[in-house]
Amino acid sequence: MRQGAGPHLRRHLGVLAVVSLVYLLAALFVKNSYYQLIMTLVPVWALFGVSWNILSGYGGQLSFGHASFFGIGAYTVTLAMVYWGLTPLLGIPLGMLLGGLAAILIGLPTFRLRGHYFALSMLAYPLAILYVMQYLGFQEVSMPMYREHALLYMEFADPRAYTLIAVLLLIGGVVVSLVIENSRFGLALLAIRQNELAAEAAGINARLWKMRSLIVSGMLGALVGGFYARVLLVVTPESVFGMLVSAQAVVVTLFGGVASVWGPVIGAAILVPLAETLQAELGQYLPGIQGVVYGIAIIAVMLLSPDGLFWTVRDRLLRREAPHGVSEVTGAVPDAGARSDGWSLAPAPLPATARRSGPLLQVDRLSRSFGGLRAVSEVSFEIAEGEILGIIGPNGAGKTTLFNVLNGVLTADEGSARLDGQPMLGKKTYEVCRMGVGRTFQVVRSFPRLPVLDNVIVGAYGAGMSDRDAIARATQALRQVGLHGRATVAAGQLTNKQLRLMELARALAGNPRLLLLDETLAGLGREECDDVLAVLARLRAQGMTICIIEHTMHAMMRLADRFVVLDHGRVLATGLPRAVVEDDAVIEAYLGKKWLARREA
Amino acid sequence: MDPEILVENVLNAITAGITIGCIYGLMCIGLGLIFGIMRIVNFAQGELLMLGMFTSFYLVSEGRILAFLGPYWGPFIGAMCAAPAVFAGGAILHRFLVSRVSGLRTVGSLDEGHFGQLVVTLGISLILQNGGQIVFGSTPVAVRTPLSSQAFQIGPLYQGATVFLNKAKLVAFFVAILTAVILYVVLEYTRLGKALRAAADNPTAATYMGIDVDRAYRIAFGLGSGITAVAGGLMATYISFGPFVGFDYVIIMYSGVVLGGMGSIFGAFWGGVTVGFVQQFSALVLPPQLQNAAIFVVFLMIVLLRPQGLFGRSAERA
Repeated sequence: MRQGAGPHLRRHLGVLAVVSLVYLLAALFVKNSYYQLIMTLVPVWALFGVSWNILSGYGGQLSFGHASFFGIGAYTVTLAMVYWGLTPLLGIPLGMLLGGLAAILIGLPTFRLRGHYFALSMLAYPLAILYVMQYLGFQEVSMPMYREHALLYMEFADPRAYTLIAVLLLIGGVVVSLVIENSRFGLALLAIRQNELAAEAAGINARLWKMRSLIVSGMLGALVGGFYARVLLVVTPESVFGMLVSAQAVVVTLFGGVASVWGPVIGAAILVPLAETLQAELGQYLPGIQGVVYGIAIIAVMLLSPDGLFWTVRDRLLRREAPHGVSEVTGAVPDAGARSDGWSLAPAPLPATARRSGPLLQVDRLSRSFGGLRAVSEVSFEIAEGEILGIIGPNGAGKTTLFNVLNGVLTADEGSARLDGQPMLGKKTYEVCRMGVGRTFQVVRSFPRLPVLDNVIVGAYGAGMSDRDAIARATQALRQVGLHGRATVAAGQLTNKQLRLMELARALAGNPRLLLLDETLAGLGREECDDVLAVLARLRAQGMTICIIEHTMHAMMRLADRFVVLDHGRVLATGLPRAVVEDDAVIEAYLGKKWLARREA
Repeated sequence: MDPEILVENVLNAITAGITIGCIYGLMCIGLGLIFGIMRIVNFAQGELLMLGMFTSFYLVSEGRILAFLGPYWGPFIGAMCAAPAVFAGGAILHRFLVSRVSGLRTVGSLDEGHFGQLVVTLGISLILQNGGQIVFGSTPVAVRTPLSSQAFQIGPLYQGATVFLNKAKLVAFFVAILTAVILYVVLEYTRLGKALRAAADNPTAATYMGIDVDRAYRIAFGLGSGITAVAGGLMATYISFGPFVGFDYVIIMYSGVVLGGMGSIFGAFWGGVTVGFVQQFSALVLPPQLQNAAIFVVFLMIVLLRPQGLFGRSAERA
């Protein structure tokens, strides 16, 4: 559990218990069978929204094909009953199993895609299955009746029993969702959603977490589908694999509030009765009114409150309570590992330097081309333990490409790179991070919606720490960079300098042995620059090894022990700062031939 | 299968692939303008196709305004007339809905606004489909022309094989080519075309150059809608359709656009032709119900194996 999750979770569970009880009480008094059906459908679609929310809300992997799982659940339960006489009590778990399996089969290829390609591909799966079902002749399958074993086959005389089961299932789903939201699972998903590359560079295996979320989501989806089939007693490919089914999940969640456990519940509670009532009252004059209402609902929400009702209302309330809220939040900063001089604690026991004689990082004849352009060409250099190496060079010299190759964002064409003798190339970005390489980016890649502390915890989780250690380490890393006062502020509210420091803290939280800093000083004013340089100098004093890219020589002269100068992808010069800036080739690269001629004259 | 029949089937699949493929190509150009230029994932593109079909249907059916053109010319002129109507519709949709979640507003924002675009266009799609059911009814209709049941007969050729060229599809094929050529000239040689391409390439820079990017996008969205609507009007001469027809074609369009390479408008045309071929050839070996499933599988393979398309390339900067 994450920091502060305990009371948080208890409060949510309390709300859940009260809401469920009230809802069930209300359901007791509904006599009309059509309204009883609606009472059942609300939790059903809410649960389907919860399922979608785990993948697409928290994880940001937008899926318009969630009907795949819904339909698989529905058809499994129905066909197992028709052909084997299997009770839904077993059919639904079987459907969940198949739903999880389908999630793996769908996820393996599809997670290679991002953004809109992912969304489009997900759309194709249920439609392909729909046509296959039609081809196989399952146009309309009805469930047989088993009057003698009514209970065993979930045949209830009183439709309110289905409402009860639906609410219980929803409670289960909400609890699963809450547990995810408050654990490293949820934090990993949120980080991936906000910036996948940064999450990878912080040591998070994005593919794995996305796959886990799809499996959980797929199983929940199949569960809802199976139960839905049992309630309606008949399935058709369109009614369970159709676009409107996928849309239901998207619509209720977006309307209610994306990436919040309450979003789907709120959305379903408002939209399902509205659409169903309209359909019943006006359906014969205006067929399809339900779809029109859904369409209008999601467009309106997107334009007016893009994150859904829950967040808009919550933001309004919080703003009203702002003074109270802030003081409460500051008090909540956990004081793990707190000593007033927190940053001067050695971060992690540094590996015994004496054990090894070779350099920490050894790069040998590394090359990488884009088409005909050799962005990095036969670059070789070494970094010793505890050293600060400055990589400098004009724009387009290949500095960032070099970092991208080193931490696995790009592959190398030739050459090798070793960290403490271990090969780094050919590994995934998160694997390089776990070897002990922290990285910051030229353009800060933060998780803007998450608080600063959570941003940094992502780095600690990436290194595989337990919850307790991760919180302690992240707090300590924030102290190391002097940001501990802002731990609970959302990262989106920080200044440029603070963001740079936060990114540095995130890299530190993974206890790296080597830091790759990409233009950490870019865009900073003179004083801000000095502040960051002071932090870096303190890190060096603690024994941290740093490789930093800059193109402003000035700042680097004060910081770096040694320079590597890159130009057009090649190493132009290596050596002590003083010697390098006097080097003719370097001056020419920076200032042009004319300057050189003038100096010599 | 007998060799003679096989040869005949293959030859017929090729000719049908070319004619249908070019109509698909035109349809894909429409999406290519929207997806390629503005990077907007437009879920409602299938519904724009549907609107094209119904516009043509309501213009040329018996007793309607263009009925005097007769069953031979009418349906094809009706298809062309769908363009301005749906152009206007598309431009309005863009002005009031799509532009609020796309374009300059979302440059540099979290995921470039894709989330919002997907959701808004999904909403438009739901409204048009279901609203279409209210307005047009759910009984499938067709634009009737005697040409759709007539065919040119070529042959007997090699081993006695005969090729049948459906006249409706043949005329539709020519109209599609003509429309594509006109669009090409407009984009390549006019001021408007240059503005559109500049806005596509780099919206921020185009703004600095004095191009009204919002207007350029609105026109591009309208053009994309209108072009797809022409293709819809043409297809209406040989298929029957209802308000939900768009869904069968939206995946075809995305397959074509992705295959042709994002951002390449005429790459989308060749992508559409390729998909037409795949569909016609899959008819040789697969039962009819599975033809659409085959297209989805092809689509998945394209995005998985070559998401940058046949000509495009992709890069991300860290």
